[in-house]
Amino acid sequence: MRMPNNFFVVSVLLMSFLAPQHVSAQTAEQRGLEIAQEADKRGNGFNDFRAEMEMILKNRQGDESRRFIRVMGLEVDGDGDKGLSIFDEPADVRGTAMLTYSHKVDTDDQWLYLPALKRVKRIASRNKSGPYMGSEFAYEDLGSQEVEKYTYKYLRDEVFQGMDSFVIERDPVDKYSGYTRQVTWIDKAEYRPLKTDFYDRKNTLLKTLTFIGYKKYLENHWRPSEMFMENHQTGKTTRIIWKNYRFRTGLKDNDFQVNDLKRAR
Amino acid sequence: MLIKPSSLFKTVVVMAMFFCAIAVQANNKVSYLQVGVFSDNATAKNILQLLKKSGFNAEQRTVEMIGRSAEVVLVGPYERTSQIFYDQNRLGDIGWPAVVKRFPVLHKPKSKPSTFRASTSGSLIAELRGFTDDPLYSEQGRTTVSLAVQPEFYMSWNDRKSSLTFVPFIRVGDEDEERNHADVRELMWINAMADWELRLGIGKVFWGVAESVHLVDVINQVDLVENLDIEDKLGQPMLNVSRFTDWGTWDLFVLPLFRERTFPGVKGRLRGPLVVDTDQDALYESAKRDKNIDWAIRWSHYIGDWDIGLSHFSGTNREPTLDNIGMNGLGQPVIIPNYNLMNQTGLTLQAIFGDWTWKLEATSTREKGQRYTESVSGFEYTYVGLFDSSMDLGWLVEYIYDQRGKQAPTPFEDDVMLGLRWVFNDMQSSEVLMGAIYDLDGTATSAIIEASRRLGQSWKLALEYRGSAGVEPTDPAAYLFRNDDYLQLELGYFF
Repeated sequence: MRMPNNFFVVSVLLMSFLAPQHVSAQTAEQRGLEIAQEADKRGNGFNDFRAEMEMILKNRQGDESRRFIRVMGLEVDGDGDKGLSIFDEPADVRGTAMLTYSHKVDTDDQWLYLPALKRVKRIASRNKSGPYMGSEFAYEDLGSQEVEKYTYKYLRDEVFQGMDSFVIERDPVDKYSGYTRQVTWIDKAEYRPLKTDFYDRKNTLLKTLTFIGYKKYLENHWRPSEMFMENHQTGKTTRIIWKNYRFRTGLKDNDFQVNDLKRAR
Repeated sequence: MLIKPSSLFKTVVVMAMFFCAIAVQANNKVSYLQVGVFSDNATAKNILQLLKKSGFNAEQRTVEMIGRSAEVVLVGPYERTSQIFYDQNRLGDIGWPAVVKRFPVLHKPKSKPSTFRASTSGSLIAELRGFTDDPLYSEQGRTTVSLAVQPEFYMSWNDRKSSLTFVPFIRVGDEDEERNHADVRELMWINAMADWELRLGIGKVFWGVAESVHLVDVINQVDLVENLDIEDKLGQPMLNVSRFTDWGTWDLFVLPLFRERTFPGVKGRLRGPLVVDTDQDALYESAKRDKNIDWAIRWSHYIGDWDIGLSHFSGTNREPTLDNIGMNGLGQPVIIPNYNLMNQTGLTLQAIFGDWTWKLEATSTREKGQRYTESVSGFEYTYVGLFDSSMDLGWLVEYIYDQRGKQAPTPFEDDVMLGLRWVFNDMQSSEVLMGAIYDLDGTATSAIIEASRRLGQSWKLALEYRGSAGVEPTDPAAYLFRNDDYLQLELGYFF
């Protein structure tokens, strides 16, 4: 899995206040990219973080399943982030750990540790469109969201949940992505993604992700306390509840080595 | 039992290594990059500001030099040598060549919250095994039920850098008394310190990359009564020192105690006409018998999409020869396992190209004056999003080779495994693995089906089938099990 690192940092972004004549000279693509770059810039600078996430999976019948995962992330200058996730629940996968080195353009490097066998397995990370832990989140939804991984188009301004927002489309560059496009609402005040619609390979609306309960950390780092993903085609939902966010905790490159997986826990 | 002087000496050696490893940690000086020594404070301050502006973790210190005080500008401290070289290059690039020096850490890091963690977890698995054919020997039955318990006690401190894990295992209730056994799967103290890692205790080591067989894994003895797939291992007493460098990981293992392989008893299936007797002493080539100090060394590294591992093991082969017939207490003929010494060099290679993973494991072994080669090579291809669903389909093809041919102790010497891994990616983590192994120089085919699914949050149901067909008497390792196809149902509770 890719890490939820920059996730929110993520997504798409906003444009800064540009001179009006400048805006009019821009194409929608240029404007979209500029917004994305500005948002990325705003999201950077957290150095490292630790958090716990609880995932609540529900199917159409209302059956529930829960996952508890500890995640750690490290910003890497000039490249994608590094991430380590350790699974605490379900108990039959406890101790399983996943290490990801994400890259801006190249395929990410990924290792999985299987505690029952004591096996560290390098895995082909191209299956980014696959579900993460059986949830409605794909690996690519939770991965480090590098600006370079998409092309952008500014669509329109809209008021969303009472907030002035930009609506932006971004198209994955990677042909292995499960999406043709994503449409994201971003609030103009703080450049936070509020909602994303995901369109599948047939360009049909597949999922909607809603970001709930933003809180401010550090100087100006906003993180949602919940993320709710709804699959319109299957009726399944996944709610992620983020807990215990800590930034600049002193994690270093040392803490994200393949060798460390064996004692991740 | 008296401790012989020689074994006492070995114990002392092991303990000495252990304390050396601890001493590494005890040294309170750490590495810095020294950018320069200056006589006046102002120059040093300027350079310090410059370095800080360039993003370096720089500091200034006053030191005594040839009876005079001088100002040094340092960048650091560093835990890993790779980081030192990286920053040394960066400093060089901006015109500040620096040398590596060791200094004591001045500012004690502010006391962090306690990072002590403790957890208890584990599993309780009920197993029902039914054989589809009548037994070949009168003592054997057709079904057996048993319960396996494996709790895990874990504690870590020092921000996960030190930990202690205890994993006992016990199986009860089986028809076969030999399957009702207990083991310490793990009792390991781990201490990680920057580029070093020390493991002392009982544990398990996995090096392989293939799925059908695990040729290079020589550290642990197989717990054969558990499952024929030889993935269950007995805990191995060991001292393991790991060193992490930019050009790979080095592992040294000292293995002071040998564990005998487990074998089915009189009432157990999956055996030949004669029981392998593990109650009386086994035969050993080594004069020190099971106290022979085995050792192993391994280098592993990854370069881009390639993973490589080279290992060497010297000591008692975990796989016994079974041609020695003796008597048990009742005067019945039994097989006494015989463990030879061996030297084995192993290679693992894995490369990832998109959805394809290519794998190779090979060993060259010298045992009883003979050298032989074994290998397994193949690939795994994963098709993601089957029929526009969230299911994945993985194809596995592996070729297994043993130079010893029909003399090989395993049934696989010129065989191809075709496997299919069907992963549902659903809430219950449903998964089906189907595999068939074809003997290329014979008529034997064996099949494996493993399916599992989580029930609710804490339970798991697993189904397993193992069977063979067309086995010839000339392939003894497989022929002995010709009537032992079985279906196994497991219901596990995880906590």
